[in-house]
Amino acid sequence: MSFLEYAPAPESRAILNLRDEYGLFIDGEFVEGHGTPFQTISPASEQRIAMISSADSTDVDAAVAAARRAYQRTWSRMSGRDRGKYLFRIARLLQERARELAVAESLDNGKPIKESRDVDVPLVAAWFFYYAGWADKLDHAGLGADPRSLGVAAQVIPWNFPLLMLAWKIAPALAAGNTVVLKPAETTPLTALLFAEIVQQADLPPGVVNIITGAGDTGAALVGHGDVDKVAFTGSTAVGRAIAKTVAGTDTKLTLELGGKAANIVFDDAPIDQAIEGIVNGIFFNQGHVCCAGSRLLVQENVHDEVVERLKARLSTLRLGDPLDKNTDIGAINSREQLERIRELSDAGVDEGAERWTAECEIPDDGFWFAPTIFTNVSTSHRIAREEIFGPVLSVLPFRTPAEAVAKANNTPYGLSAGIWTDKGSRILAVADRLRAGVIWANTFNRFDPSSPFGGYKESGYGREGGRHGLAAYLAPAGAARPARTHVAASEAAAVEAPRKSARTPKRQAKGTKR
Amino acid sequence: MSGSQLVHPARERAVAILGGDPDDATLRRYLHGIPGVDAVGLEQRAAGLGSRSIKTTSKQWALDKIIELIDLTTLEGADTPGKVRSLVAKALRPDPADATTPRVAAVCVYGDMVPHAVEALGAAHGDPDDGLVSVAAVATAFPSGRSSLAIKLQDTADAVAAGADEIDMVIDRGAFLAGRYGQVFDEIAQVKEACARPDGTSASLKVILETGELNTYDNVRRASWLAILAGGDFIKTSTGKVQPAATLPVTLLMLEVVRDWHRLTGQRIGVKPAGGIRSSKDAIKYLVTVAETVGEEWLQPHLFRYGASSLLNDVLMQRRKTTSGHYSGPDYLTID
Repeated sequence: MSFLEYAPAPESRAILNLRDEYGLFIDGEFVEGHGTPFQTISPASEQRIAMISSADSTDVDAAVAAARRAYQRTWSRMSGRDRGKYLFRIARLLQERARELAVAESLDNGKPIKESRDVDVPLVAAWFFYYAGWADKLDHAGLGADPRSLGVAAQVIPWNFPLLMLAWKIAPALAAGNTVVLKPAETTPLTALLFAEIVQQADLPPGVVNIITGAGDTGAALVGHGDVDKVAFTGSTAVGRAIAKTVAGTDTKLTLELGGKAANIVFDDAPIDQAIEGIVNGIFFNQGHVCCAGSRLLVQENVHDEVVERLKARLSTLRLGDPLDKNTDIGAINSREQLERIRELSDAGVDEGAERWTAECEIPDDGFWFAPTIFTNVSTSHRIAREEIFGPVLSVLPFRTPAEAVAKANNTPYGLSAGIWTDKGSRILAVADRLRAGVIWANTFNRFDPSSPFGGYKESGYGREGGRHGLAAYLAPAGAARPARTHVAASEAAAVEAPRKSARTPKRQAKGTKR
Repeated sequence: MSGSQLVHPARERAVAILGGDPDDATLRRYLHGIPGVDAVGLEQRAAGLGSRSIKTTSKQWALDKIIELIDLTTLEGADTPGKVRSLVAKALRPDPADATTPRVAAVCVYGDMVPHAVEALGAAHGDPDDGLVSVAAVATAFPSGRSSLAIKLQDTADAVAAGADEIDMVIDRGAFLAGRYGQVFDEIAQVKEACARPDGTSASLKVILETGELNTYDNVRRASWLAILAGGDFIKTSTGKVQPAATLPVTLLMLEVVRDWHRLTGQRIGVKPAGGIRSSKDAIKYLVTVAETVGEEWLQPHLFRYGASSLLNDVLMQRRKTTSGHYSGPDYLTID
């Protein structure tokens, strides 16, 4: 027998205690949505996991109203220290239920269990721990003494890191004293709904966290809602642009974390074996479904062939298959739609003259799969060098000098991340200085930490998430003007409903005419 | 350098690869031209390989394979003929309660204990490929290597003459750290010569780098290349007398050198992590690392060994667990 055909080592699904149907989580309760329910499937088997409610505009209204009530009655009045206690409690519960969450994430998303277990879920807990610590120290967030929260945050997150993106959004928002309405992606709602259970377990006051599920129209209704003070979105540049248009001219604050086409630059003096690992981690981590993925490999021409040869050898050892098997390196593509897009762009690569190489691996019959693929002979004009593929596809481009590497790396409408591989410290600093990207990794790739800010240049979005900088997206300086609607509402504190609605209505109409 | 007078195929090849005589300057140019090692990345990769989950049939296969790859070792000042006989008995029948248990690859002893090991093995002395057990001897003023070259060569020749099949030599770490690469090369080349037997065959040479004293991964990589260029058949991490001894990242790094050497020359060099590997769980991580770095063909006694003593009983305990379904205690296993 071949040792390398490791015997199956599947993580047990027994730890999951899923319901057959999930409602919307509004005001601390699961309620049925008014839209048409949809099913969420496992992309590895195409089997149904559960039925999920869909929120229509009345559900969005209810969720935003619940968040507003919670903001005014409890959360904005609570001391930072007490908010911190809730966040610490959530963080501990996330750790306690880590294995369950990891299994659910791999099941719903298709990512390998070793990633959800060793990367996603530990980072989720770390994010809550980190921002829990900030809750009573907002005076030191860089906005002056006594900064104020914004109010209700509408948050829309993508399917590539469902629970981690939830943590990136919810943890800083709550620490800063905001309440949230969050919409997970249509294809990956499961862990957000498990998180709703954790919110209940933690006894968080009702309405502080609301989770509504649905497709794009639900998200559009949420971000366009007149009574939200803040919109945070992570996802595609096209949708981000539409959201920016929606909130333009309103008081709503906006942060966007969008696409990327990161350059991973390998110089000829790079630590070669570690660079190969970094390239693999940069583009094949999470099947390449990473906005900051190192999808453009820029290799110094004098080591190009050696790097490509070693890379192919390494890719041949990657194991594609059941996401719940602990030895799986490459899981399933999240949806048929995404698989089609990856195929389309890969075909375009071949048509435009790039040379395709795909690792040999057995593709399961059911589910959505794409074997790790490298394109060489890629020109900067090829679609696969310009457009975000969001899949396990790497485009390799040669360069001759550091100046050319920088020019090619910056030659993209995106600017989320970049990587530099060299043994020379001074070159790392010199090149990093000239790269226009929000995150630059040196001799590593795809490393995240809650204390480190993350965000993009140009079409990769604006605003920063993580670290002290991430708090600024959810706070305003003490003296800053408060939008009219919340000002009225806040001054009348407990006498909630009526005055707020009247304050909000004219604004909505104004927005309508503008569009 | 007396080594330059010797005509040896390994030496000729080294000259061809280096583009000149293996003196300090040429070796320095070559060894310092090898790409560097990023410590964080190397350790991350090793940790990734260490997280493979080896279960059921794979685990059973792995446990037997580990036993077949062990150099069962005793290297104490207090070693006696009796102790060596006991070690040999354990090597031949690791688990007296289970006849299907494979034998270990070799016993590893000090040079003066070789005759006792050979005598105790009797007809079972031979190539592990034939189901027999080899005798490995540490030599060259093990473990420090601080002695004259003449004594190191005599030490080696004595062990070979007494019947050792394998010689575990130490490099002169002092010379290496001082940049006297030519001297290190020469010593290895000459010890290799001293491994020759009158009948034209030669004992296999394992070169101990003592990675704990070399300190940096860059040094380990350079020393690995140096040892292979000079004609070593195996590169070995440690004596076991210095901490840290074998670690997974260091072993991974040495396997990468062996892989690159094979790509360059077609020759297969062995790797032996020694010291500090005590549990089956750890040993399995090494198997995975070998298989995923150089390939499964390296999982054989002529290309991979564990230098260990207490590891064997843990593997036996796990082995019993896979067959019987429950753990026995240490008292149910023999000590050597």
